[in-house]
Amino acid sequence: MRDATGSAEPPLVRVRDLKMFFPVHTGVLRRHTGDVKAVDGVSFDIMEGETLGLVGESGCGKSTVGRALLRLCEITGGSVTIGGVDVATLSPAELRKARPLMQMVFQDPQASLNPRMTVAAIIGEPLDEHTTLSRDEKLARIYELMDAVGLNRRFASHYPHEFSGGQRQRIGIARALALNPKFIVCDEPIAALDVSIQAQVVNLLEDLQDRLGLTYLFISHDLSMVRHIADRVAVMYLGQIAELSPREALYAEPLHPYAKALLSAVPEPDPDREATRKRIILKGDVPSPANPPKGCNFCTRCPEAQERCHSTAPRLSEVAPGRFVACHRVTESAGATGATMANEHNQMGENE
Amino acid sequence: MTETAATLIEKPRSQWRDVWIQFRTHGGALAGMVVFLTLIAFVTVGPLVWTVDPSYVNPDAARMIMTRNKPPSLDWPLGTDQLGRDMLARMMAGGRVSIAVGLVAMSIAIVLGTTVGVLAGLFKRLDGPLMRLTDLVLALPLLPLLLVMVFLFRDALGRALGSETGTFVLIVSAIGATSWMQAARIVRGEVLALKEREFVLAARSIGTPPRRMILRHILPNVISPVMVAATLGIASAIITESALSFLGLGFPPDFPTWGRLLFEGVDYMQLYPERVLWPGLAISLTVLSVNYIGDGLRDALDPRIRGR
Repeated sequence: MRDATGSAEPPLVRVRDLKMFFPVHTGVLRRHTGDVKAVDGVSFDIMEGETLGLVGESGCGKSTVGRALLRLCEITGGSVTIGGVDVATLSPAELRKARPLMQMVFQDPQASLNPRMTVAAIIGEPLDEHTTLSRDEKLARIYELMDAVGLNRRFASHYPHEFSGGQRQRIGIARALALNPKFIVCDEPIAALDVSIQAQVVNLLEDLQDRLGLTYLFISHDLSMVRHIADRVAVMYLGQIAELSPREALYAEPLHPYAKALLSAVPEPDPDREATRKRIILKGDVPSPANPPKGCNFCTRCPEAQERCHSTAPRLSEVAPGRFVACHRVTESAGATGATMANEHNQMGENE
Repeated sequence: MTETAATLIEKPRSQWRDVWIQFRTHGGALAGMVVFLTLIAFVTVGPLVWTVDPSYVNPDAARMIMTRNKPPSLDWPLGTDQLGRDMLARMMAGGRVSIAVGLVAMSIAIVLGTTVGVLAGLFKRLDGPLMRLTDLVLALPLLPLLLVMVFLFRDALGRALGSETGTFVLIVSAIGATSWMQAARIVRGEVLALKEREFVLAARSIGTPPRRMILRHILPNVISPVMVAATLGIASAIITESALSFLGLGFPPDFPTWGRLLFEGVDYMQLYPERVLWPGLAISLTVLSVNYIGDGLRDALDPRIRGR
């Protein structure tokens, strides 16, 4: 089990009750009439060297979590601690100093590279900002990074548009690595790539993790890719974490009804098993995050919803070692031992 | 492959060389540059070669009348005007002022407009006030505004800097201050779109401060529309200057500029069409050549086009 409750070593990334609301202004006076609750009370830990997969359908707040972690948007509430630094409350100057610790790989490699900068300039930008290397040292470091991500050094003075999608993503990864970060948020780094290239990029990410001891938050909607790369997986639904489990356990036996439905949608390569695969088809649409349902936010579409689900919101609690689920039905059936452990975890969450 | 050898071979080359190489392949831009340099040489080196005083009026009235409105000949390559002044000399003297006014006023307008546009686009708090200011200036009738500005400041500036320099400073700043709004609007729109692009987010995640964000990521990407606005701005600055001079509020009446020559020639257009032809041609050539240079420069600065 790799979680804060079980191990003595503090986690590299600790997120507690993260909230990210976008205000809605309506009417002639543009009065503040509500919030789009993109992320509503998310808590998790990421241990050093671990990969946490974050999955969910579009619009469930995955990317917003990633951006909030690096404070690319001002968070509404909660705390984010990375390497012992509370990122959420840093002043702009302190934040700038803390930037080398955490970096991001973006979804669209085309859009995330400035079309008017050469590869050398793009990879060298973090070095310009945070180091005082001489020109030659910088160039040496840029070449080193290009080697590390498998780009030919000859391409240093080329422009992003001259590369294929996979190569562009490698440039993005090299830029993220330039300052030797500990923690990298991969915001759907493979979603915009061809399938054959996806594998290359994922293997590169794994390879770099082994060599440099990186910690990833891997955001994706590709469940099979997450299964490949992640150690633990968090399933998000409508701004909240529905289930957070070790990879094997989640894929073998998802507990939360939403996780079950989501995983039942993964196609099976074996035709015999594919024929017997039971799809759980959810009815209806995702409720608007501006107006989430009362009680459990999945209750409007949950095939197992009870009366209680419509009135009180379930908490994310530990129902089996290392497995956290936010569902009344699962918590009830988990029994007494699970419940005490869950309490422990919850209190920890509240104290911080 | 040894490390040093590789570094020596693969040293990223200078971007400006690439820009120049691409610029050379643009035929129109190269022609425009030749024409523009010729015009510059015409107005700067020309007066040294053709040393006729552009404001010389023959004091002998009878001889002055004899030399009025001459067609082009060996004595007067471009003819003479209604006071017998040499048109070639007047074109040279006028061009110097007109080109200077066009370039300087355009630079002022572009710098002002780009600054306002970038600030309004990047900082939400400044967006409202700056754009309302832009709308305000756009809504003002420009010519009366210019007249008021000239009327108010001409004497003070003339005293401080001398009559001609004072007028020059006044005119370029007046034209610059009243023609930056288009550029501001274009740039703001571009910046609003650009700042949502992921590479700007990436730069923020690196920790690039706003100042360098603007210089490194925003400005290079808004250069195309700015370039177009700038080349068109030169033409309108030259024309506005001539309109001001025509109203008697620009340079003094005996001081030639292309715009003034054009307006003077309009009265005699049916009798002596060449009198409007020369300044008209010069203004058109300037505008056209600058346009082509701008076009070529815009293409040369865009790495996506440069590759082709």
